[in-house]
Amino acid sequence: MKNPPSKPKAKSQKLVRVLVFSGYGLNCEEEARYGFELAGADAEIVHINDIIDGKVKLEKYQILAFPGGFAYGDDTGSGKAYANRVKNHLSKPLQKFIKEKKLIIGICNGFQILTQIGLLEGALTFNESNRYSDRWTDMEVVGASPWLRGIKNISAPIGHGEGRYIADQKTLANLKAKNEVALRYVKGDTATYQDLPANPNGATENIAGVLSHEGRVFGLMPHPDRALFTTTLPNWPILKEEAKRTGASFPEHGPGFQIFKNGVDYFKN
Amino acid sequence: MAIRIDVVPTIPDARADVKKKEFQNLVPSASIQAVHVVDSYLIDAPLSKASLLKAEVALVNPTVERSFIGRWLPESFQVAIEIGFLPGVTDNVGNTATEAIADTTKRAFKSGEKVYSLQVFFIEGKLSSAQVEKIASSLYNPLIQSVQIYDVSLKAKKIPAGVPKVELNGSSRVLEVNMEVDDSELIAIGAHGIKDEQGVPRGPLALDLNALHAIRNHFRRLRRNPTDVELEALAQTWSEHCKHTIFANPLDSISEGIYKKYIKGATARIRAKKGKKDFCVSVFKDNAGGIVFDEEYVVTHKVETHNSPSALDPFGGAITGIVGVNRDTLGFGLGAKPVANVYGFCFAFPEDTRKLYRDKNLTQEMLPPKRIAEGVIKGINAGGNQSGIPTPNGFMIFDESYRGKPLVFAGTVGLIPQKNGKRILYEKKARPGDYMVMVGGKVGLDGIHGATFSSVSLDSGSPATAVQIGDPITQKKFSDAICKEARDLNLYNSITDNGAGGLSSSVAEMARESNGCKVDLEKVPLKYPGLEPWQIWISESQERMTLAVPKGKWKAFATLMKRRGVEATIIGEFTRSGSCVITYKKKKVMDLKLAFLHDGLPKVQMHTKKPEFVFEEPKLTEPQDFSEALLRMLSRHNIASHEFLARQFDHEVQGGSVIKPVQGAGRVTGDAGVFRPLLSSKKAVVLSNGLTPYYANLDPYKMAAASIDTAIRNAIVAGATLDHLAILDNFCWTSSDEPERLWQLKESARACYDYATLYGTPFISGKDSMFNDFKGYDEDGDFLKISILPTLLISTLGVIKDAEKAISIDVKSPGDIVYVLGETHDELGGSEYYRMLGSKIGGEVPAVDGKKNLKLYRAFTKAGELGLVASAISVGRGGLAVALARMSMAGKRGLDINLSDIPGDAKRVDSILFSESQGRIVATVAPENAEKFEKLFADVAIHNVGTVTNAQTLSIKCSNSHSAHFSFERAIQAYRSTFKKW
Repeated sequence: MKNPPSKPKAKSQKLVRVLVFSGYGLNCEEEARYGFELAGADAEIVHINDIIDGKVKLEKYQILAFPGGFAYGDDTGSGKAYANRVKNHLSKPLQKFIKEKKLIIGICNGFQILTQIGLLEGALTFNESNRYSDRWTDMEVVGASPWLRGIKNISAPIGHGEGRYIADQKTLANLKAKNEVALRYVKGDTATYQDLPANPNGATENIAGVLSHEGRVFGLMPHPDRALFTTTLPNWPILKEEAKRTGASFPEHGPGFQIFKNGVDYFKN
Repeated sequence: MAIRIDVVPTIPDARADVKKKEFQNLVPSASIQAVHVVDSYLIDAPLSKASLLKAEVALVNPTVERSFIGRWLPESFQVAIEIGFLPGVTDNVGNTATEAIADTTKRAFKSGEKVYSLQVFFIEGKLSSAQVEKIASSLYNPLIQSVQIYDVSLKAKKIPAGVPKVELNGSSRVLEVNMEVDDSELIAIGAHGIKDEQGVPRGPLALDLNALHAIRNHFRRLRRNPTDVELEALAQTWSEHCKHTIFANPLDSISEGIYKKYIKGATARIRAKKGKKDFCVSVFKDNAGGIVFDEEYVVTHKVETHNSPSALDPFGGAITGIVGVNRDTLGFGLGAKPVANVYGFCFAFPEDTRKLYRDKNLTQEMLPPKRIAEGVIKGINAGGNQSGIPTPNGFMIFDESYRGKPLVFAGTVGLIPQKNGKRILYEKKARPGDYMVMVGGKVGLDGIHGATFSSVSLDSGSPATAVQIGDPITQKKFSDAICKEARDLNLYNSITDNGAGGLSSSVAEMARESNGCKVDLEKVPLKYPGLEPWQIWISESQERMTLAVPKGKWKAFATLMKRRGVEATIIGEFTRSGSCVITYKKKKVMDLKLAFLHDGLPKVQMHTKKPEFVFEEPKLTEPQDFSEALLRMLSRHNIASHEFLARQFDHEVQGGSVIKPVQGAGRVTGDAGVFRPLLSSKKAVVLSNGLTPYYANLDPYKMAAASIDTAIRNAIVAGATLDHLAILDNFCWTSSDEPERLWQLKESARACYDYATLYGTPFISGKDSMFNDFKGYDEDGDFLKISILPTLLISTLGVIKDAEKAISIDVKSPGDIVYVLGETHDELGGSEYYRMLGSKIGGEVPAVDGKKNLKLYRAFTKAGELGLVASAISVGRGGLAVALARMSMAGKRGLDINLSDIPGDAKRVDSILFSESQGRIVATVAPENAEKFEKLFADVAIHNVGTVTNAQTLSIKCSNSHSAHFSFERAIQAYRSTFKKW
């Protein structure tokens, strides 16, 4: 079922074109597409098999998004089976896409897939609690990336069982040297409000997301696509009540929106 | 022989650490140094060396794992526990591995070739064999899994990797069942099943003598006996589970039955009364009920029960329940998209460790309540999360009466456009000549007799094959392909779920649309060879749906499914013959008139009898200070924080969450969930539930009234309006062949009619489960029967215009005024407070004054729409004191409250604090809005009881002396204590 686009979809080349992967149990493709549409892009959900069959060509797009979900039910390891499918069939077009300095984002399961493909360093493994966890988290931006331009802090919910970022010392040093640690969990607004620990899963050095290729390839565990509206924040009712009393405005869009906007704006200037 | 690949972590393994803790808790006296968890794959296919290397790459993430061809062993260990699946049980990990290896090696697996998954737990330490047994039994369920326990000698031995392949030698012969036998033998056939060629009964048909006579007479007219396929098919279609005979049969003077009179009757009257304002779109006729969402969309809801399977295999039962009800949504109209799941659990207390057995020889032990709870929770977690469907609302309550059979409710809300071009999407009709197409999984032995099994009470005869394991990903694949692609391409005319009764019920249902069908059983894809025709026809193998595809569109449909990795097979054709005709290997094995199949079951006059339950009311002395009592109440299983459920049931996926399962800074479990199913619309859906089984045996009419009032109140408080609110009923009853239980049922149904019509909230869908009894034996081999409390779950489905108008329970700002709306009476009968104090729970059950409540709810909705309400909570289990405490904890702010002269006739302090009088709301309001707010409630009971404070304390007075006074931090501590370790 398609969400009506936020803007009328003129198939004009002016609109930035986004391909959102789907199939085999990915399940956040619609909210990811909606985020890009809100940001003014022409975003399409495409089943990976249609790309493999050659029905859809990656080169037509400026942004690739690997959304969250449970590809293959996380069986044999989260993201592994879907990543194999990409590696086995789409390596070349993907390399070409990256060479052309276009953007790629992987959210949650999409992040796991990007690490399994080898486009991002490190790995995502079982949460310390060894249990699926759904909660809001806060992050500070530490890396340099078009995706993160102008953002200092950001909050978004996680929903994962295998989101604990792991990398060896060498990799970590390398990432830091290249400014490719994107986000670290911190105790910000939502974690303070709900009195929850900053780091939700035991991630190494509180790492929530990483980068590669001068920050054009971005993977993160928290879901900006689940933070598109202020009313998704855990503390929105009190924010709304305060706004009512002080006459302050209550913004419609939530913290996650800026990431999608950054991605799209990158191609405008 | 199969090739074994073991995968082991190369980094500290969180799974192993957690297991180590679990094992240590299980056997405290043992010393466990280390645990290693190994994932093993048995590849039952001749792979070349090169392919094998590729297979390893496909199965391993080199950053954190490494693989071994053959068996991996740790340096030192005392015991290895290896868990695998029994033959034929769904092995999702194995299936994914099979796909991944095939894709990587570019080598298709032939039929019979497959990858099987195992998990091995190596334990390093000192354990007695008894302790090892205990740990092993915590790791597997003998109904679906196998266990191998190896000692250190495993190092020396070489154990061949045998795979759990299914080898059946079922005969393809179709038996003729001789009905010309005496009644005692007919009864035996109905109770234990048709005898196979060896004379062994195949399992319950759950057909009574009256039904069997009707069948015999029918076939006498045809001058032949029924085939086993025909009799099994009739048993499915006529089962209580599918036909709801108890709701349909004449009861006392109610000739049309209580379903028609009280449930459907209520909806009909409400719709007539609403006229133009009627928001119902499709009620009672489809797999779910549908109401208007906006001009373009319909929102649907359906709540199922999955009690019996969950008692035997909690994980499998629950996951099958949730993915099953997702299919009901896909089967609404031409396919609605699931946008939310709800859950409901009625468990026995996890502390209850009595042993129960299904058989007299004490060989079939029932799982303990804690194990059932954990398994069910895991199942809902896996089913919902893996399908990408949020879970904004649910409940969990406890009572010892749920020890024999737990109640597991699973519901799904769906969204579907009203139209696609000219085509109306919430209607469907298979046409003569359409292909009958089965999509999704293959058919195996799983779930045979599920429908008939859940229509009787649980005992030693309960078939183990009734147990199934869901495969959310297989379902997700066709779910997307259908409701996000095929539907909008107009590729089929009708669709329905293969649930209870499998093909036999889905096909028979759809055949009504075209008035006939022919099926070729041979064409049905099987998991493994050797199934008998009757088994293929009634198997409840999961993740399957049946569609009616026009011949001209088959090619397009088949291609699309293939490209999406979905199996689709033509298994027959819809006709207008008036019959359902099945052939197998060119032989006709079933030829039944649809008229007889659907309407041949003769109605039976049922009678009720008012039972003589006696319940004493406790004589209580009132303490001066109720602080301790209130803190204890907050830690009750039914009231304490259930946050651990909200944390693991994803409620943020799909991006539209508004009011979450836990609310406020203090993270308090709420009573309603609000979410936006359509991100481009500000409109939101409100979901809530209400059930008060503790009143049932005291007064079933008041119980049902309270359940409805509670569910509706919970929704209203979150921002819903009676102008756009529908309800669903789930009756879970007990011993429904007893007149006393039928009397309780009739009284409850009567209340459903009275209050639904009064509030103008139509029933749009429902499901019942009538025999939630356990018949078995205790440790001493003494027979015992455990019957649940008659349980009526009411669920609501509401639509609100603006998500930002939703209301949360956490108090917001110091100085805000606290109002109690509604009246408080001496109504502690069946209350949580009495249950806490001990055995005596008798006395006045809350009575619902619908007329007063109606005014109150309408006024409250107005206040909400005007934005006058800062926070609000529905007063339910635990009464006013618990409601106030929850608001204070949620807002992490103090309350200064005086309840001395609140409206109502409650005078005793304990009833003021804990009475569960219905129709009450506590709301907080900014001082500047107080006057406006009070005006709205001019003609209903409203009382200003105090203010929100900056202090850290919750202080409640009922007289001049403090009735309860403590810091909300203490309250939070008590509130979170009960399920801390879960």
